[in-house]
Amino acid sequence: MSVATPPRFAVGGRRPPVAANRPPRGRAVRRALTGWAFAGPATVIVLGLSVFPAVWAFFISRTKWNGVAPATDVGWRNYSRLADDPGALDAARQTLLLTVTFVPGSIVLGILIAVALNRKIRFIAFYRTCIFVPYVASAAATGILAGYVFSPQFGIVNAALRHLGLPAQQFLESPSQALLTLVVIALWGEVGFTTVLYLAALQDIPSELVEAAVVDGAGPWRVFRHVTLPHLRPVTVFATVWQTITALQLFDLIYTTTRGGPLNTTQTVVYYVYELAFQTRRLGYGAALAYLLFVVTLLLTAAVIIYNRRRGSEAF
Amino acid sequence: MRRKLPFSPWHLLLMPLALLFVLPLVQMVLTSLMPEAQITQLPPDFIPHGLHLDGYSKLFSESHIVRWFFNTVFVSAVTVVSHLVLCSLAGYGFARLRFPGRGLAFMAVLATVMIPIQLLMIPTYIMFARIGIVDTLGAAIVPWLASAFGIFLMRQFFLSLPVELEEAAVLDGAGALRTFVSVVLPLARPALATLAVFTLLSSWNDLLWPLIAITDDEKYTLQVGLASFQGMRRTEWGQLMAGNVIATVPLIVAFLFAQRRFIATMTFSGLKG
Repeated sequence: MSVATPPRFAVGGRRPPVAANRPPRGRAVRRALTGWAFAGPATVIVLGLSVFPAVWAFFISRTKWNGVAPATDVGWRNYSRLADDPGALDAARQTLLLTVTFVPGSIVLGILIAVALNRKIRFIAFYRTCIFVPYVASAAATGILAGYVFSPQFGIVNAALRHLGLPAQQFLESPSQALLTLVVIALWGEVGFTTVLYLAALQDIPSELVEAAVVDGAGPWRVFRHVTLPHLRPVTVFATVWQTITALQLFDLIYTTTRGGPLNTTQTVVYYVYELAFQTRRLGYGAALAYLLFVVTLLLTAAVIIYNRRRGSEAF
Repeated sequence: MRRKLPFSPWHLLLMPLALLFVLPLVQMVLTSLMPEAQITQLPPDFIPHGLHLDGYSKLFSESHIVRWFFNTVFVSAVTVVSHLVLCSLAGYGFARLRFPGRGLAFMAVLATVMIPIQLLMIPTYIMFARIGIVDTLGAAIVPWLASAFGIFLMRQFFLSLPVELEEAAVLDGAGALRTFVSVVLPLARPALATLAVFTLLSSWNDLLWPLIAITDDEKYTLQVGLASFQGMRRTEWGQLMAGNVIATVPLIVAFLFAQRRFIATMTFSGLKG
């Protein structure tokens, strides 16, 4: 995610009028020092705790290492072994499935709920709060709660199904349903975020635009289609990138519900990395898989941003 | 003084939706107040018979929940304060001050969002082990002192402020720091509140990193404690739900206090894009 082009209102980017003739050297040094005094500490922490470890992780990914005994260099072998590792392939497939259901799900739901919440009616503040509250709860707490709510025996969801005359389900304990159930739980926990983003964007649409469309004879659907949706594009770019990263890195929920089970059907890439590196102490192999995930994230993000630049909306 | 609005059909959609989002949390609280026998009976019961604190009392006697709670409060307090100071300074620097390397540094900071945490954890763990801070609360704090998201949020907010006030301060002879503290920061209160909420959410709720960095169960945070509790023995839902309530309710209360500023800042900050 980069900010190559300064936003329209980047005041700091504007050249101050006096700078036309070069300022004295001392003042330039002072200005640089002031700037770095402000931006430096946070920048050093963020970069120091990510760029340095990320580079180191690359060297670790080319070794066989348990973190204690000396590492042995194995070149690209960790990477080539990934292609034949059924665990890694399953994890990749499941991560993909999770991402392609969670990301569009959270965006479509976010838009629909935000549109519904964007009214001046009674209790609207209450409704907004209700929908955002699950986002505040941790994924770990959500996972534990979900274990109870979706319990095959005494869960309230199965009680509701029985009440409606439908057969009870296994949910998190069924290899075919567990991943989908996780997506539903993740959506419940995360949709508050996209909803707030879209709500903010909706309130930003000039009412004259909507009124003009209505005067021109557009019905609610056409207003939504031709005025609202185009206006939401930049938010959608941001939300897509953000939620993709969220989906790719989803860990807490899996850890507190299925721990990758049943039969490894909810094992995702990040979960597998965790197991490799911190359960079975295969640091090199785990780092290689994590690196692969990094490259995929990078390519996906770049693709979304470039595609949207081409279509003329700049979210970053 | 609120004027009466006519009944809107939107209520028919919003009411069930709101319930769907809140009922599981209500059930969490109610379940924590049930005796174990009622929790696992068939068909499930929603309302507890009377008030049972078995889950809580067992939790308090059999785990270090109080320690975990204060560990979490400590970690969150330090990270929130550090975020507010460091990210607002950096956000202002990137938004308003001109200095060499500014564009590159900001881009590098933003790009770090894409690095999977799992990739960073491996070398970070080794690094922390070598400097000897693994298994201390410091290990849980250091990676959260500042974040790319916080810097981005504050920068977007400062960019949206009109520059005239600062220009006036500079004309009056105030330096950059003076201008920042006495003119800019007071205007940034809504953005700071949002940053505080987001930081509180992510540090309070973090599970993965403390799970790896801390093994001594007296130094656990709430999330790690809960997860360990869940894994250790046969599921005792009463205790688990009580722990869940203790880990979740303080944040929800904090959010309810800060939420009014929330949507306003999201709009201002340009987070929307």
